[in-house]
Amino acid sequence: MFRNQYDTDVTTWSPAGRLFQVEYAMEAVKQGSACVGLRSRTHAVLAAANKAASELSSHQRKVFRVADHAGVALAGLTADGRVLSRFLRSECINHAFVYDAPLPVSRLALRLADKAQVCTQRSWKRPYGVGLLVAGLDVSGAHLYYNCPSGNYFEYQAFAIGSRSQAAKTFLERRFEGYNDYTPDQLIKDALSAIKETLQGEKLTSSNCTVAIVGRKDDGTVEPFESIDGNRIQEIIDSMEAAEEAPAAAAAAAESSSMQEEDKGTDAAPMDI
Amino acid sequence: MAWQQPMDGSHASGSKVAAADGPGTQRTQYPYVTGTSVIALKYKDGVIMACDTGASYGSTLRYKSVERIKAVGKHSLIGASGEFSDFQEILRYLDELTLSDHMWDDGNSLGPKEVHSYLTRVMYNRRNKFDPLWNSLVLGGVKKGPKGEEKYLGMVNMIGTHFEENHIATGFGNHLAIPILRAEWCEDMTFEEAVKLVEKCLLVLLYRDRSSINKFQIAKITTEGATIYPPYSLKTHWGFAAFENPSKGAVGSW
Repeated sequence: MFRNQYDTDVTTWSPAGRLFQVEYAMEAVKQGSACVGLRSRTHAVLAAANKAASELSSHQRKVFRVADHAGVALAGLTADGRVLSRFLRSECINHAFVYDAPLPVSRLALRLADKAQVCTQRSWKRPYGVGLLVAGLDVSGAHLYYNCPSGNYFEYQAFAIGSRSQAAKTFLERRFEGYNDYTPDQLIKDALSAIKETLQGEKLTSSNCTVAIVGRKDDGTVEPFESIDGNRIQEIIDSMEAAEEAPAAAAAAAESSSMQEEDKGTDAAPMDI
Repeated sequence: MAWQQPMDGSHASGSKVAAADGPGTQRTQYPYVTGTSVIALKYKDGVIMACDTGASYGSTLRYKSVERIKAVGKHSLIGASGEFSDFQEILRYLDELTLSDHMWDDGNSLGPKEVHSYLTRVMYNRRNKFDPLWNSLVLGGVKKGPKGEEKYLGMVNMIGTHFEENHIATGFGNHLAIPILRAEWCEDMTFEEAVKLVEKCLLVLLYRDRSSINKFQIAKITTEGATIYPPYSLKTHWGFAAFENPSKGAVGSW
C-alpha cells in the first residue's frame, strides 16, 4: 500500500472504490501486539501478548472487562481502545439499568460497529485505530466477535489480530472445528498456544501474556468475565510444556517467517474480506 | 371523588419543579376513564391473567367491551387497571419497543423481566415529573432461560413501586382477591385449577366491586405464545331470602 492522491481524508473514495484512510487504520491494528480469541458453546476465552514500552515500565493493558458477561481484547492504538471500552461499558450499564438484563453480545458488537462506521463518514473525524475482539455470554451461549476500524464486524469461532497473528490464525485454523465442545481448560490451553505462536521463539511466561475467560458452567451458574491470575497461567504453561517437547517449537519458527507477506499482497480492500 | 383537585391554573402538590410547563397548562391530577381490578397467577405451563371488560367514567359504567389485557412481544402479557388512555399510551411505547427489538432480527427477544424493568423505569420517571401514567400494570410471561423455562409475574404502579410474586391483583383485587389467592394458590396448578381459582376471585369482585361488570376475559401465556380468550359471563346467585322482600322489617319513612 503506497501513498496516493486519494488518501488524504476518509471521505474521499479512490477510483477503485476504496477508502484508504480506513485501510490505513486497519494497518494500525496489525502493528499492535497480538490478541487471540476463541469460544466453545458455553465459554469464551481472550488472550493477549503483553508488550512493555521498556524494561522499566509496566506492560500495556489490552484486555478490558466490559460487563460481568462480556470483555474485550484490543490491538492497535490502545488509547482509542480505552475510550471504546468505556463506551461499551456505558452501553452495557445503560441497558442493564433499563431492562435489568445483560446486553446481548451481538447487539453490543453492533453498537460498537455503528460507532466505528460514523468515523468513516465524517470529514472531521478519523477512524478508530484499534481492532477489538469482543467476547461474551448471553442466553444464546458464548460469542466472539471481531470489530475492525472499518465498522465491519463478524462472529468467529476463533480469531487472532495484531502483529504476527497469522501464525496464531494458522494454528487456530487447524483446531477450531472441535472448539464447540472444548472444556474451559482446553480453550485456555489453546489460547496460550496460539499466543505462543506469535512470540516467535520467545519463551511464553505468565508475565508476557494475559488470559481472560467468561462462561456458563453445566449447572447454569455464570462465571463472570475475569482475567486469570498469573500464577495459575504459569501452572498451565508449565503443564503444557511438560506435555509437548521441542517439535512444537520448531514448527512454529518455520511458519512465522511466511506470514507477514500475505497481509500486504492482496488487491482487494481488506475491509471487504 | 377523592382525586379532585382545584383547577385554578396553578399545580397542586409542591409543583415548583413542574412549573416549567408554563401558564395555563396542567399535569394529570386525576383519571377519567378507568378500568378496575386485574388478577394474575403463575400456573404449571405459564401465567394466567384475568379482568373484566368494563371501563367506568366516574361512577358510570360507560364502556363495556374494553380489552384490558394485551400480548407484548412473543413472551409476555400486560394487564392494566386505572386510566385507560394512559394504558393505550403505554401500549404504544411497548409497540415501539417490541418493533425495534424485532427489527434487529438477531435471535434475541425481550422477555417479561426486561419489559417489566422497562415499564418500571417509565412509570417511576413520570412520577418524578409529577405527571404519572395513572395505572397499575400487571406483567406476566414465560421465557426460556439457561435454566429452562422461567415463568415471570410482576406488577408496577403509578408511583413506580414494583415487585414480583406468584399471584398479583390490582385495585379492589388487592383487598378481595389476594386473601383468596394466598390461601388457595399452590405451585404447578393445572390450567383448569387455575381458571377455577381465578373465577372464584372474579366472582367475589363482581359481587363486591361496584365498578366491575359481568363480562370477563381470561388470558394465558405459555412457551407457545399468548392466548386471550373471548369474553364470557359468570353465573351469579341473587336468590337470597333477604332480597325477596326488601322492605320487610323496614322501620320509619325512609
